[in-house]
Amino acid sequence: MSSSSPSLPQESVVKAHALDMERLGRSTPQQELADEQTCLSVNDLSLFYNTKQALFNVNMSIPRQRVTAFIGPSGCGKSTLLRCFNRMNDLVDGCNIEGEIRLDNSNIYAKGVDVAALRRRVGMVFQKPNPFPKTIYENIAYGLRIQGINKKRILDEVVERSLRASALWDEVKDRLHDNALGMSGGQQQRLVIARTIAVEPEVVLLDEPASALDPISTLKIEELINELKSRYTIVIVTHNMQQAARVSDYTAFMYMGKLIEFDSTSRLFTNPAQKQTEDYITGRYG
Amino acid sequence: MVDKDTHSHHISAAFNAELDDIKTRMLEMGGLVERQVADAVNAVMNADSGLAEKVLRGDMRINDMEVSIDEECALILARRHPAASDLRMVLAISRALHDLERMGDEATKIAEQAIRLIDAGDMPKCVVEVRHIGNHVCNMVRDALDCFARLDPEQALRVAKEDKAVDLEYGTAMRTLVTYMMEDARAISSVLHVMWGLRSLERVGDHARNIAEHVIYLVKGADVRHVRLEDMEARVHDGR
Repeated sequence: MSSSSPSLPQESVVKAHALDMERLGRSTPQQELADEQTCLSVNDLSLFYNTKQALFNVNMSIPRQRVTAFIGPSGCGKSTLLRCFNRMNDLVDGCNIEGEIRLDNSNIYAKGVDVAALRRRVGMVFQKPNPFPKTIYENIAYGLRIQGINKKRILDEVVERSLRASALWDEVKDRLHDNALGMSGGQQQRLVIARTIAVEPEVVLLDEPASALDPISTLKIEELINELKSRYTIVIVTHNMQQAARVSDYTAFMYMGKLIEFDSTSRLFTNPAQKQTEDYITGRYG
Repeated sequence: MVDKDTHSHHISAAFNAELDDIKTRMLEMGGLVERQVADAVNAVMNADSGLAEKVLRGDMRINDMEVSIDEECALILARRHPAASDLRMVLAISRALHDLERMGDEATKIAEQAIRLIDAGDMPKCVVEVRHIGNHVCNMVRDALDCFARLDPEQALRVAKEDKAVDLEYGTAMRTLVTYMMEDARAISSVLHVMWGLRSLERVGDHARNIAEHVIYLVKGADVRHVRLEDMEARVHDGR
C-alpha cells in the first residue's frame, strides 16, 4: 500500500507509534493499511490534457470495502483521478494516460477492455443529481433492461432491494410509478445511488455527492455511505473537510496533480505527516 | 512542524486571534498559579499568616479563569472544527487549565497548613524541607509554563524528568519527618502539617509534569500520559 515517497514515515516514527498503539491495544495505521485488501491499485499514473499535465506519477492503493476520500484545493486533480477509475476521462478530447490502474489486479486501461462493463463494475454518482426523466421504478430498472433482463419479478426484486439499500424504499414504495423529477434533491441523489447499486457494482465513485444538498439530506447521504461500505468499495471526492473526516476511513490529500499524503482519516486529521496537509486542513496559507 | 508561531498563520485572522487568546490567557493563569505556589511556600517558611490569607483569597480568581478559558475552548471546537495541531492546541490548553486549577488548590492547602502551624505557635525544624522541595517545584512550574509558551518538547521532557527527582526527594523527606515524629511525640501534630504541605508540593510537581506531557502531545501528536520516560523520550526524538 504505498503512496508517493514523501508520505512514508521513518522507521523510528513507526516504531514509536507502535509503542503507543501497543499500549492502547490498537494496530498502527501502517499495519491497518497492510491488513487491508486492495480493490483499486494506481501505479505510476500520469494524465495529460493534450500537453498539459494534470496528474503526476500517482501511486495509491484503494482498500476494499472501505471509504476513501480525496481532498485538496480546487484544481488539484482529485476529480480527474476519480474519473480515471471508470475511464470517464476517455470522453474528454485530447486526454491521455501513462501508467495503469488495476481493478482486482487487471489493468482497466489494457487493450480490449470492455468499458461499458467496467462502468457497471465501477459506478459513479455526480454532484448534481441526474435521475432519468422516467418513473422512479424505471430509473432503477433501466440498468437491468439494457442488459436484457426484463422479467418483472426480477426487476421488482432489484428495485425494492436497491431502494431499501438507499434508505428510500419507505418514502417512495407507494409511488414507484411517479416521475423521478418530482422528488426533492436529496431523494433524487439517493435514487441515483440506488440506480448505481442496482447493477451490483464493486466500486461506487462519488464526486461531491452532497454539495448541492441541504444539511439534513447531506447527513442522510453520509449515513447511507456508511451502510454501503459493508458491500462496496467507496471513493468520494469532497470539498467539505468535515465531511471527509466524518465519512471516510482513509483520506488522500492531493495538491497540484500530486498525491501528497495518504493515511487513515483519524491520523491524517489529528497528526498529519506532511506540512502541506496540515496547512490545508487547518486553513493556513503556505 | 509545530512551533510557537504555527497557530498564527490561518487565512482567518479571527481564528488566529481566538487561538492566541486562549493560549495567552492560559499562560496568564499559569503566572498567577506560579505566584500562589511561591507565596504559599513563603507563608510557611516565614510564618506569614497575612500571606497565607492572601493565597486563600486568590484561589477564586484561578477557578474563574479555568471556567472562562475552558468555555472559550469549547466555542472554538464548536465553531471552528479545528484539525491537526489546532485541535491538539485546544485540547492541550483545556487539559493544562485543569492541571493549573488543581495546582492552585494545592497552593491553598499549603497555605492552610501554614495557618495551622502559625496557630500552633510551633514551627518544627523539619520545615526546611518545605523550602527545599518548594524551590524545586516552583522551578518546575515555571519551566512547564515556559515550555508551553515556547512549544519546546525538549524542555518538556526535562520537566517530566524533574518530577522523578522531586518524587525521590519527597520520599526522603517523608522518611526524615517520620523519624522526627518517632523522636518526639509532642512534635507529631506540627510535623503532620509539614507532611501535608510537602504532599501538596509533590502533587504540584505531578501537575507540572502533566503540563509538560500536554506540550509533547501538542507538538508531536503523541499522547505520553501514563507512558514510561524512555518511551516519552523516543516520541520526542522521533524526527517528525
